[in-house]
Amino acid sequence: MTPELGNVALILALGLASILGVLPIWGAHKGDARWMALARPLAAGQFLFVVLAFGILVSAFVNNDFSVSYVAGNSNSLLPVYYRVSATWGGHEGSLLLWQLMLTGWTFAVALFSRSLPQPTVARVLGVLGLISVGFLSFTLFTSNPFERNLVVPPDGRDLNPLLQDFGMIIHPPMLYMGYVGFSVAFAFAIAALIGGHLDAAWAKWSRPWTLLAWMFLTLGILLGSFWAYYELGWGGWWFWDAVENASFMPWLVGTALIHSLSVTEKRASFKNWTVLLAILAFSLSLLGTFLVRSGVLTSVHAFASDPKRGLFILVFLLIVIGGSLVLYAWRAPKVGLGGRFALFSRESMLMLNNVFLLVTTGTVLLGTLYPLALDAFGLGKISVGPPYFESVFVPLMLPVLVLISVGPYVAWKEGSLQRAWLELRGVALVSIALAAAIAVSAKTSVGVATGLLLAAWIILGSVQHLAQRLKAGAGRTPFVQRWRAVPRAFFGMVVAHVGIGVFVLGVTLVKGLDHAQDASMKEGDTVSAGGYAFQFKSLEKHKGPNYIAGRATFEVSRGGQHVVTLYPEKRFYVVQRVPMTEAAIDRGLTRDLYVSMGEATPDGAWGVRVQVKPFMGWVWTGCLVMALGGLLAATDRRYRQRAAQPVPSKPHHTAPLRPSQALS
Amino acid sequence: MKARHKRLTLVLLGLSGLALAAWFVLSAFQKNLVFFFTPSQIMSGAAPVQRSFRVGGMVEKGSLKRLPDGITYRFVVTDLAQKVTVQYKGLLPDLFKEGKGVVAQGKLGPDRSFVADEVLAKHDENYMPPEAAYAIKQADAGKAPATREQP
Repeated sequence: MTPELGNVALILALGLASILGVLPIWGAHKGDARWMALARPLAAGQFLFVVLAFGILVSAFVNNDFSVSYVAGNSNSLLPVYYRVSATWGGHEGSLLLWQLMLTGWTFAVALFSRSLPQPTVARVLGVLGLISVGFLSFTLFTSNPFERNLVVPPDGRDLNPLLQDFGMIIHPPMLYMGYVGFSVAFAFAIAALIGGHLDAAWAKWSRPWTLLAWMFLTLGILLGSFWAYYELGWGGWWFWDAVENASFMPWLVGTALIHSLSVTEKRASFKNWTVLLAILAFSLSLLGTFLVRSGVLTSVHAFASDPKRGLFILVFLLIVIGGSLVLYAWRAPKVGLGGRFALFSRESMLMLNNVFLLVTTGTVLLGTLYPLALDAFGLGKISVGPPYFESVFVPLMLPVLVLISVGPYVAWKEGSLQRAWLELRGVALVSIALAAAIAVSAKTSVGVATGLLLAAWIILGSVQHLAQRLKAGAGRTPFVQRWRAVPRAFFGMVVAHVGIGVFVLGVTLVKGLDHAQDASMKEGDTVSAGGYAFQFKSLEKHKGPNYIAGRATFEVSRGGQHVVTLYPEKRFYVVQRVPMTEAAIDRGLTRDLYVSMGEATPDGAWGVRVQVKPFMGWVWTGCLVMALGGLLAATDRRYRQRAAQPVPSKPHHTAPLRPSQALS
Repeated sequence: MKARHKRLTLVLLGLSGLALAAWFVLSAFQKNLVFFFTPSQIMSGAAPVQRSFRVGGMVEKGSLKRLPDGITYRFVVTDLAQKVTVQYKGLLPDLFKEGKGVVAQGKLGPDRSFVADEVLAKHDENYMPPEAAYAIKQADAGKAPATREQP
């Protein structure tokens, strides 16, 4: 009976979403306060019913209700209970419901934390979110209902894909979706501004914290996905420029452009149209990403045709959202007005360069991701675009951005001084060059690695010096703690996020440039060495897990005769799905990861083994975490938490240029 | 006038930058496109000799051999009409199996055998890489009346 209740809850949520999508927007148009006031309770009700539906689906998984065909297809009674819970979003239908949960959750959060906003704005924003929700709920109900029953109840389920039976996969999809869906809030704010015709600094101030939070979640989501690929796929790769990864990376790039452009709109009331366009783009790419991954287009364009209902729905929905918002943009955007002027060398122009490079990069990723699909769809042949394309394009396009990260904050709004920026940055430049050169010469690295080190040092030192300058202002008169407290959290957020990028660049440079890998055929007792470490294959035991059997090897790793660590890689066989899986063993360290994975065995007991030494791998993850932390700090700045809105001038101030240290991100 | 002048400079700089980026991206794109060929196409000489490309089909049953060094494999990829021998040094993916679909990327050697530097098999027991299914379908269509069930 309960799955039917879930169905009813979804239908009720759809009903509420439909009302939410129409009445409050109409009320805002007519100036009718009663209709606008409906928005908040409707958002709450919608969220409640989706939570209920989601809870029912989770309980169906936990209780092994295999009469529900989605449960039977993605779970098994042997599966540990935490994987049964995460199996809820292990397939198409459930992950759509998760998306829905996130969307209504964000909507509800906006309803809660928008007390300081004018009522028409709240009504429009929630209304737009309601319309998106209508699209997703109908998609779920009409084409991908997770509550559909099996006519014949199977005795047991087909099990969750073994690759997804992992802790990383429990939290990766929710994080990623929080990011994807979070951009819907920025999108709704943009659409609401276009409808209302009020696009000013106040608008940017309202949508900034939401955008920053969404960006933070997306960063974490991508990090977890990559982290998972690193240890679970078993071969030590962590970014493949695979279409699924690109689908999440494109909204991230545009989202990064958006948070920078929003800062210009908030500070200087410039870039307004551009910011709105970016908000539309970021969400459109999120939608595109979800659908690329979820529609089956990627595994094969023909999988699309195998369920035409889903494919068609997706196409029409994408068309309505993207097309509709672009038409609205073309119609209304000219009315929202231009912002303040700025000089050729100014904070604005720096941020504009940031935006241009990020967007061009997004375009190149989009080209490489969609072109093969388009060719295939039109029957023009089969091609693939692999990492060599993305790497050869991505790296050069990002180089200027990385250089500018440290320059931008030193340039004043409106009109900056090139000479002054140089004076302030030449120390950083000299130290960075000296550091990178010293390391490159002493370790005999390639030019690429030296460049990477140089950029990492430049970004980290430049950002730290910027913070130090800021803290020095007023030294002698006010105590340090007070000066520290006076620095807005958004400023810390910027510095921390930029340092995160520096750490990330350092990690990527070293792990790409200096890793060692060795494939070998090994019997018990054999030793193979890589990167100065000796890996000895000691023994092999049988091991039995809850739903798999495994061969577990013992590897002694030593360096210069000194024992370093013992690793236990496994080759697993999942009995329900009847698939083998490589479970790599990794020893993580500050300066290197040791990675052992097992391939196939021959009848005479020799195993194919890959051993890898990956220097500074952990810095890649740390860099992403630090970036996300920066996003969180910026999003929780005091000025976004004030309940009563300060009147924010909608016209740019025509005052003297701000001192760079006064003007934060 | 001065402001307009500046703006014009900015726009021109931007446009030339974009043009440069576009040229650079498209040339990188051209250089790195990886085309796909079926075993039949390779045997008819349609595949390039110098350039890296992909071949897909089924791993012929009983064809997988391990060379004496222990980590070089040799196997036959077939679209059920023609066969190509593939040599690959490294560890094969978990789901590589005789009788299942596979896609390999690499270059054609002088003896028309294929030297792969990457072997792909997807993580689903029933799943056939789209290219592999395509290769078999193409070969099938070529043989016209002889109908066969889709694998």
